[in-house]
Order: sequence, then structure tokens, then C-alpha cells
Amino acid sequence: MTRSEQRTVSTEQRTNKSDTASESQVTIERSNTVPPVEGAPDGVITLKDLEVFYSDFRAVTNVNMSFGSREITALIGPSGCGKSTVLRCLNRMNDLVPGARVEGAVAYHGVDIYGEDVDVIEVRRRIGMVFQKPNPFPKSIYDNVAYGPRVTGMKVSDMDNVVERALRGAALWDEVKDKLKQNAFGLSGGQQQRLCIARAIATSPEVILMDEPCSALDPIATAKIEDLMVELASTYTIIIVTHNMQQAARVSQRTGFFTAEADDKGQRTGRLVEFDTTEHIFGNPSDARTEAYITGRFG
Amino acid sequence: MTATTLVVDQSLKSGRRKGVGSTVFAIALWACLAIICAFLFFVLAVIVQKGLARFDPNLVTEHPSRLRPDTSGVKSALFGTIWIMVLTALIALPLGIAAAVYLEEYADGTRWWNRLIELNIQNLAAVPSVIYGILALGFVVRGPLSIGAVLLAGAIALALLILPVVIITCREALRSVPSEIRSGSLALGATQWQTTWKQVLPAAVPGIATGSILALSRAIGEAAPLLLVGATTFLTFNPDGVFSRYTVLPTQIFSLVPLDRVEFRDLAYSTILLLIIVLLVMNALAIWLRNRYQRQW
Ligand SMILES: Nc1ncnc2c1ncn2[C@@H]1O[C@H](COP(=O)(O)OP(=O)(O)O)[C@@H](O)[C@H]1O
Ligand SMILES: [Mg+2]
Repeated sequence: MTRSEQRTVSTEQRTNKSDTASESQVTIERSNTVPPVEGAPDGVITLKDLEVFYSDFRAVTNVNMSFGSREITALIGPSGCGKSTVLRCLNRMNDLVPGARVEGAVAYHGVDIYGEDVDVIEVRRRIGMVFQKPNPFPKSIYDNVAYGPRVTGMKVSDMDNVVERALRGAALWDEVKDKLKQNAFGLSGGQQQRLCIARAIATSPEVILMDEPCSALDPIATAKIEDLMVELASTYTIIIVTHNMQQAARVSQRTGFFTAEADDKGQRTGRLVEFDTTEHIFGNPSDARTEAYITGRFG
Repeated sequence: MTATTLVVDQSLKSGRRKGVGSTVFAIALWACLAIICAFLFFVLAVIVQKGLARFDPNLVTEHPSRLRPDTSGVKSALFGTIWIMVLTALIALPLGIAAAVYLEEYADGTRWWNRLIELNIQNLAAVPSVIYGILALGFVVRGPLSIGAVLLAGAIALALLILPVVIITCREALRSVPSEIRSGSLALGATQWQTTWKQVLPAAVPGIATGSILALSRAIGEAAPLLLVGATTFLTFNPDGVFSRYTVLPTQIFSLVPLDRVEFRDLAYSTILLLIIVLLVMNALAIWLRNRYQRQW
């Protein structure tokens, strides 16, 4: 996707503003319906033959999986196997990478989000994202949380209430309620990451994507975020990329294991090796490569 | 044990031999620096010493006069400089910032036309200022626009002159905003425009302001392009609008220096001192801004 395509999408959004405001209405056109993947859970998001290229380089291929509603799905695998790439496809953040191209389908409630007429803004409002490194805006804590509802034109009668609910949802309210007007950069790393989670849930998404959200945090902050994820899973569908297998085992219900094996031309393309319940993946994996990875024999 | 220590000690000491060359080199560098500083100091000292003679309130409260050089001032030129600086900023900053935003945030840098634009901006920054004067003379003062030798024409010439520098410094300021801010905003459902307007530009304001002030301080020190577009050298009224005739400090200095009465030359020195003070204040402001809003990431 190029930047120019993104611009077209932004103009679309402005014309769609009135729809966006009425919150629960689905504005995505139901014209790109994709049949469900066989044998996979009846998911909120379903990937069908997903294949991603960065210019000529095929980063991942043949990914078929489905993410269950109000479940935590973990994506694990050695680094460079395409976990982040797959995750970024789920809310079209790959559009921002020049030269990135996505084949196959990413179906959100049966609608291909890469199809025509899809409002990418609405996709990102419903499918939020938390990044590896906490990235609060250089603004006040309050403005960080209020930013999403403001820019997406959500009809909000009481912004204070939205901000409080989001901060409570991210287990941060008690720590920041007296300093909402202070700059978010004054918070600790763990607090900043929970602020980013609050920011994501303020737009009332259905799905939250997390790309190694704890890799920049200390063990105590990590434990807090893990507890939070489990709590959030009662409301949201969570998909988390992690390099920490204990974390995947602790928090997730389902786990997908990726690897990138070099082909005869020496190109390393990521593939989904095994996708099953977390219990199965960590207790009794079907694939020898999965077993080797989780027992620490490679990767 | 002791043997090892000894060896280490000796190898440390033998390092002194290399020190000779680098000491000589360092001294050479210091000498260069000292020569440059000495020159600067000498120029400044001369200007201050000779400029102080007429550095009195009359300098800024009186208009130029052919008859009373000992009590006249350069009021019309100071006001002209302020006018032209504001007008230049009004023209160059919106254009320059918009161009920088396009190139940094929107343009696909792999396209040949965007690369061509970039290359041209780099080249334009190196074009001598007098060329911009000729351009404005041909297209603005006369030619298609034909607005005459007025303030607006001078401001257009200076705006064209500083535009490449403004674009380049604004791009640097935008580039220093981390991409995580952009992806964070876009991931929340903000449009490209909202992301630029609400996140990237505010975060880049200190850098943009610093760069703009430095560019403007270059503009108000210019005499050559303004002489071409017809800034007068002798004027006894302040500009009263963008279509007014005008004079500025550098052209005033240019006209005072060759005059043979010593009073005129004293006035020229104090005018130079005044211009240097204005420039120092602007540069100090730029430095203060840069330090005040140190990058937060
Ligand atoms: N923006 C990009 N441009 C080009 N190649 C990329 C880009 N991002 C990732 N890749 C490549 O895609 C492959 C998968 O990367 P990534 O999805 O980041 O893996 P993971 O998150 O599993 O470590 C890697 O070979 C990486 O070099
Ligand atoms: Mg990654």
C-alpha cells in the first residue's frame, strides 16, 4: 500500500463522519464476505490464505487462523518469523509501510477489511493496537485518553466519564486521578503502557492487538499488564505477540506458533506451524517444531 | 601477578608517544579557531567602538536627514526592517511549512518527481541572494505583476530567498518527531491529516520556530536583493502598508558608508551596531526556544 492510497481513505472518512458517530452501527460494507476457515473457532477475525510481501520479499505466507471472541490468542515464534507482520495486517497498520502488500483475506465479522469501500479509520477504531515500546503522546494524561474519541468523531456526552472509565479499565485510574493534566511523559514505563491500553480502549474497540507489550517493562510492571490482559479479556478480544512463552502460557486460551524456514532459494518466509488451544500447544504439541521451540531447543 | 601489572603499566606509558602528533593537531585546530575568533572580535570591537559615538535615542526616533547628520537617525529603516520581516514571515512560513509537511508526511519519496523537488530545493538554498532580487525585479516589480518597488515586492524577494532554508529546517524538525507518535495516532483511527495537524506539527513547533527565526534573521541582513527590487536608500517616513515605499537597515548602511562627511560615517557605524543587536536578539531567541523545548523523547 502506498501513502497515496491512504490519502484516498482519509477523504472517505470525512464523508463517512455521520455514520461513524452513531457508535454501534457497522459502517463496513458487507460486500466482501469471506467464508469461515474450516475447523477454526468461529472468530471475530479470520485470516484466509494470508500472504504479506515487503516489496519483493515474501515475509509470511499461507496463514489461516481465526481469533475467538473474548479470548486471548497468543502468537509465538522465533524473531523474524512474521508475528508482527501478521498482527499489523489485522488493523491495516501495514498500509503505513511503503512497499507492503497483503494477499488473501482478513475477515472481520466476515467482511474483508482489505476489500473495497472499507473505511480504514473505522477498522482501526474497532481494532485497537498497543505497541512494543510505550508511545504516549507528548500531551496530558487526559488528552492522551481523549484523543481517540475526539479524532474519530465519537459522540461523547461526557468526555470526563469516558476518560475515567478507560483509565479504570486499564487499572491506572487510582495512580493518575490527581494528575490528569500532567504530561504523560512523567509516568513510569509500566504506567505509560497501561495509559496506551487506556487510550486504545477509550474508542470502545472490540479487538485489541498487542505487539510484545511487556518487552520494555520490568517484571513487576509486566505482571500488572498480564493481570490486566486477563481482566480485559472478559470484554475484549485480545491478540498478543510475545516472545515470552511463559506469558503466552499464563494468559492465552489459544496459541499460534510461527516459524520461518529458509526455502531452496534461501528466502525465509514465515508460516503458521500450529494453531491450537494453549493447553494443547504447551502440553502436547502435534508438530515436532513446536515441541522443539517450547522446550527451548531452538529459536 | 606483578609481571602482568608491569606489562600493563608499560603499555599504558608507551601510549604517550602517539600523544605528540595529536597534541600538535589539537594546537593547530585551536590556532584556527583563535584566528576566526580574533577576526570576529576585531570586527565587533571596531563596530562597537565607532558605533557607540552615535548610539543615542535619536538613532531610532529620528528619520534620516541630509542636512542634520549629527542628530538624524534611521527610524524609517528600522521600521522598514520590522515591516519586511513580518511580511516575509507571513509569506515564507506558511508556504515553507506546508511544503515541508507535504514532503515529509505525504510524499512518496520513491517517486521521481518528489526526488526531483527535493534536489531542487537543496540547489535553491545555494543560489546567491542577488539572483532572487533579479527574479523579483523581473516578475514582481515589473513584468507580470508590476506592483512597483514597494514593500510587498521586497518581502516576496526575501521570502523566495529563505523559502528553501525554511523548508529544509522544517523537514528536519518534522523528521525528529518519532514515528511511534504517528503510528500511535493512526492506530487510534486518526486520519493522516489529523495525525499531522494534532500530533506531528505541535511536536515539531520548537524546531520549526527555531529554524524560522534563523532564516528570518538571514533575510533582514540582506541588502543585495532589496537594492535590486528598489528599496530606497533615503526615506523620511515609515511604511504605512504593503504597497508603501520603504527602506531597510542594510540598504541604509549601504547608502551611508560612501558619504564623505564623518557624521554620516558615524551614523553608519551605529546603524551597523543596531542591526547586529537586532540579529543577536533574534538568534538568542532561537537558542532559547531550542533549549526551552528540549526534545522530550
Ligand atoms: N517494514 C519492513 N520492511 C521490510 N521488511 C520487513 C519490515 N518489517 C518486517 N520485515 C521483515 O519481515 C520479516 C518478519 O518480520 P516481523 O513481522 O517483524 O517478525 P517478528 O515480529 O516475528 O519478529 C522479517 O524478515 C523482517 O525483516
Ligand atoms: Mg515483532
